[in-house]
Amino acid sequence: MLSTYVPIVGLFALAAAFALFSVAVAPFVGPRRYNRAKLDAYECGIEPVDQPLTGGRFPVKYYLTAMLFIVFDIEIVFLYPWAVANDALGVWGLVAMVVFIGTVFLAFAYEWRRGGLEWD
Amino acid sequence: MIDAPDFSFAALSPLLLVLGAACIGVLVEAFAPRDVRHPVQVGLALTGTVGAFVATLLLAGTREVTAGGALAVDGPTLFLQATIAGLGALSILLFAERSLDPARSAFVVSAAVPAGSPRDRELVTTQRVQTEVYPLALFAIGGMLLFVAANDLLVMFVALEVLSLPLYLISGMARRRRLLSQEAAVKYFLLGAFASAFFLYGLALVYGATGSVRLRDIREAVTAESGGVLMVLGLGLLVVGLLFKASVAPFHSWTPDVYQGAPTPVTAFMAACTKVAAFGAILRLLYVAFGAAEWTWRPLIYAAAIISMIVGAVLGLTQTDLKRMLAYSSVAHAGFLLTGVIGFGAGGDGSGLAATMFYLVTYGLTTLGAFAVLTLVRDGDGEAGHLSQWAGLGARSPLTAAVMSLFLLALAGIPLTAGFTGKFAVFRAAIEQGAWPLAVVALLASAVAAFFYLRVIVLMYFSDPVADGPTVGVPGLPTTIVLAVTATATLALGILPGAVLDLAGRAAIFVG
Amino acid sequence: MPAEGLLAASWLLIALPLAGAAVLLLGGRRTDRWGHLLGTATVVAAFLLAVACTVQLAGLDGRAADVELFTFIATGELDVTAGLLYDPLSAVFVLLITGVGSLIHVFSIGYMAHDPARRRFFAYLNLFVAAMLLLVLGNSFVALYVGWEGVGLASYLLIAFWYTRPAAATAAKKAFIMNRIGDVGLALAIFVMFAQLGTTSYAGVFGSVGTLAGGTITAIGLLLLLGACGKSGQFPLQAWLPDAMEGPTPVSALIHAATMVTAGVYLIARSAPIYDLTPTARAVILAVGAVTLLIGAIAGCAFDDIKKVLAYSTVSQIGYMFLAVGLGPAGYVAGLAHLLAHGFFKAGLFLGAGSVMHAMDDSVDMRRFGGLAKKLPITFVTFGLGYLALIGFPFLSGYFTKDAIIEAALDRGDVWGWVLGGVAVLGAGLTAFYMTRLMLMTFFGRPRWDDGVHPHEAPTVMTAPMIVLAVGSVAAGALLVSVFPLADWLAPVFGEPAEAAHVVAPALVGLVVTVVMVLGVLTAWLFVGRREVPVTAPVRVSPVTRAARNALYADTVNESLFMRPGQWLTRALVWFDNRGVDGAVNGLAAGLGGSSSRLGRAQTGFVRTYALGMLGGVVMVAGALLAVTAG
Repeated sequence: MLSTYVPIVGLFALAAAFALFSVAVAPFVGPRRYNRAKLDAYECGIEPVDQPLTGGRFPVKYYLTAMLFIVFDIEIVFLYPWAVANDALGVWGLVAMVVFIGTVFLAFAYEWRRGGLEWD
Repeated sequence: MIDAPDFSFAALSPLLLVLGAACIGVLVEAFAPRDVRHPVQVGLALTGTVGAFVATLLLAGTREVTAGGALAVDGPTLFLQATIAGLGALSILLFAERSLDPARSAFVVSAAVPAGSPRDRELVTTQRVQTEVYPLALFAIGGMLLFVAANDLLVMFVALEVLSLPLYLISGMARRRRLLSQEAAVKYFLLGAFASAFFLYGLALVYGATGSVRLRDIREAVTAESGGVLMVLGLGLLVVGLLFKASVAPFHSWTPDVYQGAPTPVTAFMAACTKVAAFGAILRLLYVAFGAAEWTWRPLIYAAAIISMIVGAVLGLTQTDLKRMLAYSSVAHAGFLLTGVIGFGAGGDGSGLAATMFYLVTYGLTTLGAFAVLTLVRDGDGEAGHLSQWAGLGARSPLTAAVMSLFLLALAGIPLTAGFTGKFAVFRAAIEQGAWPLAVVALLASAVAAFFYLRVIVLMYFSDPVADGPTVGVPGLPTTIVLAVTATATLALGILPGAVLDLAGRAAIFVG
Repeated sequence: MPAEGLLAASWLLIALPLAGAAVLLLGGRRTDRWGHLLGTATVVAAFLLAVACTVQLAGLDGRAADVELFTFIATGELDVTAGLLYDPLSAVFVLLITGVGSLIHVFSIGYMAHDPARRRFFAYLNLFVAAMLLLVLGNSFVALYVGWEGVGLASYLLIAFWYTRPAAATAAKKAFIMNRIGDVGLALAIFVMFAQLGTTSYAGVFGSVGTLAGGTITAIGLLLLLGACGKSGQFPLQAWLPDAMEGPTPVSALIHAATMVTAGVYLIARSAPIYDLTPTARAVILAVGAVTLLIGAIAGCAFDDIKKVLAYSTVSQIGYMFLAVGLGPAGYVAGLAHLLAHGFFKAGLFLGAGSVMHAMDDSVDMRRFGGLAKKLPITFVTFGLGYLALIGFPFLSGYFTKDAIIEAALDRGDVWGWVLGGVAVLGAGLTAFYMTRLMLMTFFGRPRWDDGVHPHEAPTVMTAPMIVLAVGSVAAGALLVSVFPLADWLAPVFGEPAEAAHVVAPALVGLVVTVVMVLGVLTAWLFVGRREVPVTAPVRVSPVTRAARNALYADTVNESLFMRPGQWLTRALVWFDNRGVDGAVNGLAAGLGGSSSRLGRAQTGFVRTYALGMLGGVVMVAGALLAVTAG
C-alpha cells in the first residue's frame, strides 16, 4: 500500500535537493551587477514601508481583497479540470458546474451589493 | 465517457431545502430593502427548516445510498436530520425574538464596527436589526444535515467545515458584551481549526491505510486485514476531530468560554444541534466504517466517556455563571451520550444506537429550553447570567422559575422528565453490552451533577431576592412558542416516551 | 388478577393529592384563602377511597389487584408498563399514609395558620402524599423508584421550608446528600435486576430471582438495603434524620416519623422473596437494625431538644422494625405491626411536641419547659398515652408489637437469637429511660419558662387529631394482634403464619420486658425527676454523655467519609485546572523564550492553553492506540 507513495517522496527529495543546490551555488556562479530596479521588491505589490500605516495593523480591506481573490482562485481550480474533461462529463458535468458557479456568484452579488468592493 | 453519479433528489430534499433557503437568504440580503429583510429572512429560515423536518417525516423508511455512494439516507440519518431540523427551527425562533432586548435583537447591528468605538456606541441603541444570522444559521443547519448523512470521509470533512464556519461567525455577533463574544468566536475558530486539522490528518492516514475515503470501502479493508498502525492512528485522529465538536473532555476546553460569550440564542443552537450532528457522525464513522476494528476504539470511547462525565460534573460544581454551568453540563452529557455509543454492539445488536438517538432528542429539547429561559432574565447590561442574580426568582416570577426548574430537573435526570428516560435508555444499553462499570461511573456522575442543577432550584426558591435583582422580560411570541414546545416535550417524553423510543428503535439500522 | 370496580380507580388515590398540589402550586396567590382546605380535602377523600378499596380487596380471592395504567417504555425486549398493585401489604401502607396524613393535614391548618407561606406548605404536603402513595402502590421497582425520588424531593422541600434559617438549609442539604447515597444503592439494585432478569416488575423479579447465582442475589439484597438505610435513617446513614427536625413539626410527624422513613421497611418487606434466598443479606439487616436501635436509644438519652429526642427515638424504633424484617418470614408481620403502631403513637407524640412548641413560642429546649401538665391538659393526656404506648406499657400498642419482635428474635433459638433479643430488651429499657426523662422535663417539676411565655392549650383543630392518634396509640396494638390479626391479613403476601415453637414463653418475655421498662422509668425518675433540672446543660460530663450528645460522632464520621473527600476532589481538580495546566503552559512558554507582554498573554495565552490541552489529549489517544496495536 505505502509503496504507492514512493515516487512522491522521491519527487519531494528531488525538489528539496534542487532548491538547496540553487541557493548554495548562486553566490559562487551568479554575476553581481546591481541597479535601483534590481534592489526593489520582487515583481508586484506595494512599496514596503517600515511601519504599517495605522498603528501597527494592516487595514482589513487588504484581507477582504485577498479572500475574494482566493474564492475566484478556487473557482478556477475547479473550472480547469472540468474544461479539460468536458467531453467525458457531458451534460451532467455542465449542469454541476453551472450550479457551482451560480452559488459562487450568489456570494459575489452579496459582496457587491453590500459595498464590499468599494475601497473606501 | 464518465457516467453521472446517481442522485436521488427526493432522498436529499431536506438538505436541498435548507441549503436552497440559505442561498435565497443571501440574495435577500443583497437585494431586498432593509425594512423588509427581517420578516422575509425569518419566514425563509422557518420555511427551510420546517420544510426539511416535514420532508424527513415523509421520507421515513427510506434506505438508500446515493450521490455515488457519498451520502447515505437511512433510519439514523433521517431521525437525526429530523431532530436537527426541528431543533434548528426552534433556534431560529429564538433568534427572531424582538421584544426582550430594548434594542430589539440579541445580535449586533454591524459586526465589523470595532467594539467600543463611537460608531458602536451609536449603533447599540438603534432599532435596526441585523439579518445575516439567518442565512448563516441555515448554512450551519445544512452542514449538520449533511454531516449525519455523510458516507464518505471527504464529504464528512466538507460538512464539518460547512457547519463550523457559520457557527464561528455568529458566535461573535452578540449585541452586548461584544468583546467577550468576539473573544469566544476567535477561540472557537482557532481551536476548531486545530481540531479540523486533526480530522483531516486522520483522514489522510486512513486513506493511506485503506486506499479509500468511502466508509463502505474502509469497512471492507478493515475487515480484510485488521489494520496496521496507520489505520489505527488515523482512526484516533478522526475521532479526536469529532469529539471536539461534541465537546467531550479532554477536547472540551472551548465549550465554557464559547457558550458564555456567544449570544444566548446561538449558544442554545450550538448546544442542541451541534451535539446531535457530531454524535450522528461519530456513530456512523465508528459503526459503519470501523465496526470490525471495535477493539481499537472501544477502550478509547470508554475512557473519553468517563473523563467527560467526571470533568463535566465536577467542574460544573464550582461555576457561578449559569451559561458556564450549562456548558459543563453539556460536557457531562456528552459523556452520557458516549455511554450510549458503547452500548451498541459491532454486529448492530444492542439498543445503543436507538438509545443515543433518543437521548439526543431529549437533551437537545431540554437544553434549548434552558437557554431560552436564560434569555428572559435580564438586567441593564443584557442577560443576567450570574448565579447570585437568580436568587429568589421563584418569588418574583413563579412561572419562569417553574419552567427553569423543569428543565434543570430534566438535565439532572429526575424521573418523569425526558432526562430520566434518556439516561435510563443509554445506561441500560451500556449494561446490556457488559459495560456496567461505565454505568456505575455514569450514575455517580449524575448524582454529583444533580447537585449543581438542584442548587439553582434551591437558589430560586429558597433564597431572598437580591436588592437590585434582574427583571424577567415578557417573551414575545417566538420565545413563548419555544418554551411551550420544549417544556411540553420534556414532560411528555418523561411520562410517555414510548412513541419516540419506538421510532428511534425502528430507525436504528445503518445502511452499509 | 386485573382490578375491577373501585380498585380499578385506585389510581385516583395518587391523582387526588397530586392534583391538589398542582392547583396550589400553579394557582398562586389566588388560592391562598382556601388552598389549605383543598389540600386537606384531597387527602381525606383519598383516605375514604382507600378504605372502600380495602373493603373490596378483602372480598377478593387471592387479595391482589393489578391496575394497568399505561405503557411507559416499550421497545424491543424492554417493556416497562406503569401499573399499580393493590394487595394487602400496599393496602396497609395506603391506609396508614392517607389516615395519618389526613389527621396531620387537619392539625396543620391550625399549626400553620399564621405562616405566610401556608399554601406552599400544603402543596408540598400533598405532593409528598402523592409520591408516597406511588411508592407503595407501584407494581415495579421502577415505579417504586419514581415514588422514592418523589418523597425525597418533597422531604427536601419541607425540611428547607423555613429556608431563611441557615440550620434548615443545612439540614435539607444533609438529608439530600445522605439520601442520594442510599438512592444510588437502590438504582444500582434495579439495574442489576434489569441486567440479570430483564424485568423490574415485582411479579417478574420475584418469579425468576431464584434462577440467579447466590452472590448476585446477595448483591441485590445489600444494594436494596443501602437504599433502605438512606431513606429510613439507619446506620450508617442515620445522621440526617434528627437534623431534619428543622422542618415544621407536622412534617416531622408525617414524613420523618410515621410514613416516609418507614419506606425502607416497606422496601425490605416487599422484597421478601429476594431476602428469603439470601441469609447473608438478612444477617446484615439484623446487624444494621440492632446497631441502629442502640445508637438511636443512646443518643436519645442525651439531647435537650424535644424534637431531636423524638427523632432519635424514631431512628431507634425503625431499628426494631429492621431487626424484625431481617429475621425473615418469622418477623415480617411483627415488623409491620410495629410500624403501624409506631405510625400512630409517634405521629401523636410529634403533634404533641408541636402543640408544646406552639404554647412555648417555638422553643424546643426541654430545660426551659417543666410543669406544663396543668397548662396543657389535653396535650399532656394525649402525649402521655403516646408515651406509654412507646415504652411498651402493658396492653397499649407498643407492648404487643415490641414483644412480638423480641419473641421472634428469641425464636431463632441460636446464640444470635439471644444476642438480638438481649439488644432489643436493652433498647426497651433505654427507651423507657429517655422517654420518661422527656416527660419529666416537659410536663412535671417546677416551671422553668422564660419571662413573657404564657403557655396556652392549642385550638380544637389541633387537639382533635392528637386525640384521635392517642386513641389509636392505645388500641392499635390489641386490634392488630387479636381483633383484626395482621398476620392473617398479610397471609397472601408472606404466607400463612406458622405457629412458632417458642424458645421462651411469651408471658415470660412480656414480664421481663415490663420489668426492664419499669427499671428504665425508675432510673429516669431517680436521675431527673427527683432533682432540680438545670436551665443550662452541664458542661463537665462523663465521656459517655459527651459521646451521646454528639450522637456517637456520626456527623464526624460522615464528614470524614463522604464530605471531605468530595470537597478535596473538587478543590484539587479546580486547582489543577487553574494552576497545573495554565502554570505548565505558561512555564513552557517562558522557557521557550517567549517574553510576551501581560496584555498579549491575556489575549492569546488561554487559547494556547486549550490547544495544548487538546494536544495532550491527542497524544494520549495516539499513545494508547499505538500501545494497543503494538501490544
